[in-house]
Amino acid sequence: MTLAAADVTANYYLVLAALLFTVGAIGLLVRRNVLVMFMCVELMLNAANLTFVTFARELDDVGGQAIVFFTLVVAAAEVAVGLGIIVAIFRRRRGATADDLHILKG
Amino acid sequence: MEFAIFVIFAALAMAGALGVVLARNPVHCALSLVVTLISVAVFFLQQDAQLLAAVQVIVYAGAVVVLFLFVIMLLGVDREESLRESLPYQRPAAFVLGAITLAEVLFLAGRTWATGASSQRGSLDERVDGENLGNIERVARSLFTDFLWPFELTAALLVIAVVGGVVLARRSGQPVELLDEAEDEQAEEIEEEVREEAHEEEAVT
Repeated sequence: MTLAAADVTANYYLVLAALLFTVGAIGLLVRRNVLVMFMCVELMLNAANLTFVTFARELDDVGGQAIVFFTLVVAAAEVAVGLGIIVAIFRRRRGATADDLHILKG
Repeated sequence: MEFAIFVIFAALAMAGALGVVLARNPVHCALSLVVTLISVAVFFLQQDAQLLAAVQVIVYAGAVVVLFLFVIMLLGVDREESLRESLPYQRPAAFVLGAITLAEVLFLAGRTWATGASSQRGSLDERVDGENLGNIERVARSLFTDFLWPFELTAALLVIAVVGGVVLARRSGQPVELLDEAEDEQAEEIEEEVREEAHEEEAVT
């Protein structure tokens, strides 16, 4: 039971959040599908939320948890508007990959 | 026990995150995202954020992912996507940038840097301030006192998002059939232009 006896410190959560953030960032750069890119943004937001909650615990401060609330609201608003934009684009042209939108280039 | 739970859900969270990035089918990506979100909710629970864990499951795993799936189904993009890259240097550059980001954040996380005054906005722990309050009361008290102004701004943000969503989803005043035809014509014209340009480019080279 050495595993169960080990203590989970804040650094464990911080490292995990860093890993999640990195995976999300790489996904955002690598994937071409706009919807999947959005999901990667959600991953990055979640990693940031996890960091906030970890520090709230570490500093014993409820402010960190209140901030996560605002992040959640911003994420929800972002998804609502972003998906609206994607649907509007889709109505005009078939295809939702970032490469299909190169016509936006100047 | 805490460590075992951490290891199991950390593995699940990473597997879900990798699934989002690597799965070719957008529906699989969305379902992998649910795994990660619920794992993060478990981490919230482990760190005394019970309210946020509930909100995470309801808002993220519930509303946001369902919205994603809804759009995927609505647009019919649930076909597989080729992961072929059209920009030559994008993928290696992405990995290099990711490695740099990871190194930076790990460098920071590796030190003891949780400094500063604690419990500025109120404590999370009953044993510290002696008040018999649950997590929801503590977050609510902070939200409606210290963060009252941001909270009101949040309401404005949500209204703006709703209006934006309605404006984007709405077609302009024309009847639907006419607009559809007009849009089809427009799309054909654009495609033709693009094709002509491509021809011209080929001719030049």
